Amino acid sequence: MAQPATTTAGHSPTRPDGWQGIVADWSSDQRAFKNVPWGKAMMWIFLLSDTFIFSCFLISYMTVRVSTTVQWPNPSEVFALTIGGEHIPLILIAIMTFILISSSGTMVLAVNYGYRRDRARTTLFMLLTALFGATFVGMQAFEWSKLIAEGVRPWGNPMGAPQFGSSFFMITGFHGFHVSMGVLFLLLIARKVWRGDFDVNKRGFFTSRKGRYEIVETMGLYWHFVDLVWVFIFAFFYLW
Amino acid sequence: MAQAEGHASAQEESHASGHEEGQQHPLGIYLKIWAWLFVLSTGSYLVDYFHLQGYLRWSLIVTFMLLKAGLIVAVFMHMMWERLALMYAIVVPPLLVVVFMMIGAFEGFYTFITRGIFFGTGS
Repeated sequence: MAQPATTTAGHSPTRPDGWQGIVADWSSDQRAFKNVPWGKAMMWIFLLSDTFIFSCFLISYMTVRVSTTVQWPNPSEVFALTIGGEHIPLILIAIMTFILISSSGTMVLAVNYGYRRDRARTTLFMLLTALFGATFVGMQAFEWSKLIAEGVRPWGNPMGAPQFGSSFFMITGFHGFHVSMGVLFLLLIARKVWRGDFDVNKRGFFTSRKGRYEIVETMGLYWHFVDLVWVFIFAFFYLW
Repeated sequence: MAQAEGHASAQEESHASGHEEGQQHPLGIYLKIWAWLFVLSTGSYLVDYFHLQGYLRWSLIVTFMLLKAGLIVAVFMHMMWERLALMYAIVVPPLLVVVFMMIGAFEGFYTFITRGIFFGTGS
């Protein structure tokens, strides 16, 4: 009641610390998320729902893995590569992990330069991020074709428990799809940044709304989420 | 409470550096977190490389995983600088996943035991 239902993107009202502050923010007749643009709040809520989707995949994977009476294939060996005559366990996945982390690093730099209105650097770092993302998807395609060539199928594989294939293709496939969409999203926004759409208040072709540099941060949230999901997949699927 | 005050002052500092718009923080912190993520990933890779097994392996994997996830959400996604109302709205619901996970684990172990009893292949 203290605040009418107006936009509060510009200022953030002072509130008590801790829970009392949360209750004051969520109370009636106002926007719950002060000083957060709606696009960013919506992206966070989308990511929350996506968290549950990936959780469902990982929990189903856990359930089939603990319930099978057949030996689970050893990921360390399945994803090993022989490079220069040396047999290195899990090396492909390790490289993919480092590539994705680096893409998160370049993304966060793009967000920072975006708010500084440094168009050239923002575009450069977004394109770098997209390049890392595309490299990641490429390596995943390599991994998939290698496993398919070795006879891994969603319904069975020569190494052990048949559920390995279905979990692998479902989880990494869905994650790879997220990365691919992220790359597209990155290229679209990078193009807008490069053209200077956010400096001249050009309206978007689809929404007819004026964009702002905050879209780079919103885009970044999605990208970091993709990296975040990989952290969990890496731990639970590849390392466990 | 002290933590919340720390955030508030950090926010004021970063806002004082010029731009009012969005999340503006010095580049140094991002580079530091980037380096830490590399270190933690190397750590979890080495767990596999040195073939650690059992509880040592699982506890190390989970520790590295949670540290990495925390750093990404807190700094890269700027969650530590957001208002508590947003932070709690986003961070608290995923905790329900722990409940789902426990249900899944009970169900899975039960299936494993019944398979063992009825098909005689397990324990």
